[in-house]
Amino acid sequence: MKPTDIASPDYFHKVVDCQWACPAHTPVPEYIRLIAAGKFDEAYSINWVSNVFPGVLGRTCDRPCEPACRRGRVEEKNAEKPEPVAICRLKRVAADNKTNFERLLPSAPEKTNGKKIACIGAGPSSLTVARDLSLIGYEVVIFDQDKKSAGMIRSQIPRFRLPESVIDEEVGYIEGLGVEIKNGVRIDSLQALLEQDFDAVFVGAGAPRGRDIQIEGRAEAAKHIHIGIDWLSSVSFGHVSKISKRVVVLGGGNTAMDCCRTARRLGGKEVTVVVRSGFDEMKASPWEKEDAIHEGIPILNYRVPKRFLHDKGKLKGVEFEIVEVRYDEKGKRRLVPTEDAPEVIPCDEVLVAIGQENAFPWIESDCGVKFLDSGLPKLNPTTFQSTNKKVFFGGDAAFGPKNIIWAVAHGHEAAISIDRLCSGDSVSDRPSPDVNLISQKMGIHEWTYDNDISNDLRNKVPLVDQKIALKDIKVEVEVGFDFKLAMSEAQRCLNCDVQTVFTAPLCIECDACTDICPMDCITFTENGPEKAVRERLTAKSTNTTQDLYVSSALKTGRVMFKDEDVCLHCGLCAERCPTGAWDMRKFYLQTAKAGAACQNAK
Amino acid sequence: MTFIAKPKLRHPELQRNKHGFTRRDYEGAVSTLCAGCGHDSISAAIIQACYELELPPHRVAKLSGIGCSSKTPTYFLGNAHGFNSVHGRMPSVLTGANLANRDLIYLGVSGDGDSASIGLGQFAHILRRGVNMVYIVENNGVYGLTKGQFSATADRGSKSKRGVENHSASIDLVMLAIELGATYVARGFSGDKSQLVPLIKGAISHRGAAFIDCISPCIAFNNHSGSTKGFDYVREHNEAVNFLDVMTPRDEITADYAPGSVQEIKQHDGTVLRLRKISEDYDVHDRVAAMHYLQKSKAAGDIVTGVLHVDPESPDLHDTLGTVSAPLNSLGKKELCPGKSAIDKFNAARR
Repeated sequence: MKPTDIASPDYFHKVVDCQWACPAHTPVPEYIRLIAAGKFDEAYSINWVSNVFPGVLGRTCDRPCEPACRRGRVEEKNAEKPEPVAICRLKRVAADNKTNFERLLPSAPEKTNGKKIACIGAGPSSLTVARDLSLIGYEVVIFDQDKKSAGMIRSQIPRFRLPESVIDEEVGYIEGLGVEIKNGVRIDSLQALLEQDFDAVFVGAGAPRGRDIQIEGRAEAAKHIHIGIDWLSSVSFGHVSKISKRVVVLGGGNTAMDCCRTARRLGGKEVTVVVRSGFDEMKASPWEKEDAIHEGIPILNYRVPKRFLHDKGKLKGVEFEIVEVRYDEKGKRRLVPTEDAPEVIPCDEVLVAIGQENAFPWIESDCGVKFLDSGLPKLNPTTFQSTNKKVFFGGDAAFGPKNIIWAVAHGHEAAISIDRLCSGDSVSDRPSPDVNLISQKMGIHEWTYDNDISNDLRNKVPLVDQKIALKDIKVEVEVGFDFKLAMSEAQRCLNCDVQTVFTAPLCIECDACTDICPMDCITFTENGPEKAVRERLTAKSTNTTQDLYVSSALKTGRVMFKDEDVCLHCGLCAERCPTGAWDMRKFYLQTAKAGAACQNAK
Repeated sequence: MTFIAKPKLRHPELQRNKHGFTRRDYEGAVSTLCAGCGHDSISAAIIQACYELELPPHRVAKLSGIGCSSKTPTYFLGNAHGFNSVHGRMPSVLTGANLANRDLIYLGVSGDGDSASIGLGQFAHILRRGVNMVYIVENNGVYGLTKGQFSATADRGSKSKRGVENHSASIDLVMLAIELGATYVARGFSGDKSQLVPLIKGAISHRGAAFIDCISPCIAFNNHSGSTKGFDYVREHNEAVNFLDVMTPRDEITADYAPGSVQEIKQHDGTVLRLRKISEDYDVHDRVAAMHYLQKSKAAGDIVTGVLHVDPESPDLHDTLGTVSAPLNSLGKKELCPGKSAIDKFNAARR
């Protein structure tokens, strides 16, 4: 194996599993350390720079960081139920406890740079583009059809998960930068917009069309059958405030979970979620399923809706065919009807949450924006530029429905592209991230970070009493971590960004690091091909998604291998190293944002 | 010195032995020795050996004297018995303990100062008595706790950290041990655990006085270019005469070596020491030849390592004293005070 090139930003970035997994690459361990230090404003600020909506995401994020978290792996066979750090809910702690974040809030330059950008839709991706660009002097105008901005954050996420005040605050920070948001303005023609004096147009219009179901009885009982996202939006904007007693929700995604829990609060006594496939294959995040079940909502699986039963238009129930999984001769998974009789679930209203579609009826076919057969725009996946070089897409409008954090990540990249386009630079040349690697040594055996490893298990977020929660849709279910729980949870973070850096010429091969390492990560052995080396390591090395840190040849001809997989970043190797060959250095990576640093990047 | 306790979390794939213990369960407190100390590697080797032999930790007694080396029993086998004795007096305490309870596994840990200077007399006598134990000397050639003066094992001509030459002759503990009748004698190096762990396992499975001289570089005072006990010097001059595999009775014994290249020695407890010969003409059974070989190598500047002498058949102290097989500390009043009639019978036999 070749020695590891630690000068490449990717190597240590990958070791910080959470940051690597986050689409916006938020420096997670850094803000968790700041929370532990009680510096909530600074912790919030780090989040604000990376993901723009810390308060919103701290309640609603899909958390790709948590399944990646190293804590989950190191608790394997050490704790009864290995669990990652509650990264998402710690973000909320920073948002809830900040006292004077405004002092850290950057301001837009007094004079604009003369470039004007239009954003369509005031959802997370557009707001991100607007923030990044207004900070460097662009004049940004956002058009949105709703009377209040924030897109699906406001229209689809129910208030009991996300209070409106949080949305208003975080949209407010962006408006405060001088971004103009034109609410209640619907763009009906891209061509007309392109004819105005905008230097670029960003489309962050989301995936606004909820998929419908076409089965017998749909048309006749239409009055009692609603499309999930439209219904949620009507609830959010106050057009709908109650629902019948018996409700069936069709679909197994996060929207379905929001629908059923909302229905529970608007008068639904018997709310049932029904999905076609298995419980485990549902698209909803595991914790959202748990929350729904916790509120007394059964989730029935392997049931395919066949027809709506009605009495002259009055809905009586839904008939389901019961299916099971079979694999055909090619090994393809299929749902096959069983011998069982069809099942009827009586109900008064149905919410259909079986997916969302993109719709761009307002983009003329001759304005240079080409579309794929899927109905999605043809885009460059890194620059988000469409076939019309002035038009960019992001969020759900780019690659179909994802989630807020992806929309934010798209926004940052699109902002860079727009900035480069407007500066006359090549859009396809992307700027490098800002990377720093600094020793954390303070004394002989003292570090700037707390290297003692906490044995606390994952803390549960306290909830409001269910009787109160189910009565009022505006009561936020989760109370959030209190100070004590927040500190305990923050201490569970392993500080994976504090890297073990090895300097081979200093090593005298005394074995001190191998002996002290609590996780047996370090092995000195002969070099060879990766597969053979992995078999030779002190501890079984099966997780090939995690890299081996490889040194150059040492005095005896052997090589130091460190399996990054379950390293606790406790720094004991560096403490026991007599020559300083091991050092603990903090790796801080911030992705490039639009601005001076991204100009002329090669 | 490390201020935090070693984290309790351990590698998820760590195997458990028949007692349900992982290797981590054989550890002790975090070491307070200097970073990189060879002694810590020896502690790690002891931990590994005890785990592999599946010893129940509470059946082990670790005894030591004074010095850096004698601090180390705190850093391994936290669940074993321990006794930190007076300087150089560990052998007497160990002998006493062994007489009182012959069932424990005795591990004497000492250093070159503790054993070759202040305790040299005690060292000699415990070996010649054949006490059943493992005696490890963590040999770094200097007095580390008093800032690096030469110890009695420092080679003549070697230099201190400040460049002062040592004019006194050195004591070779391995030569002494063979001379005094130790029945398992080996030399290892803290920087080579693949050799050291089997040497310790062999010593533990041996019945009788087992002695290991383990060269252990002192990072703070004796790991420089004028030293003969530093990492570089030992690696350059290390001449292993054999490589040991220890096979306990439950291991499947396979033979895949060319005849003549392997020597197998059966120990009392059924363990087999399989020695792969590296030096053709070295015979571990031949005491006289071994001493001759060691003298010659020393004159040539080589450090001979490996198993240097084994005699699996010789009696230990309890055999020579003819003590009962039950540990003396387990004998009750009934056995110790058999009553007047038994005394009368005994006296009558002496009339």
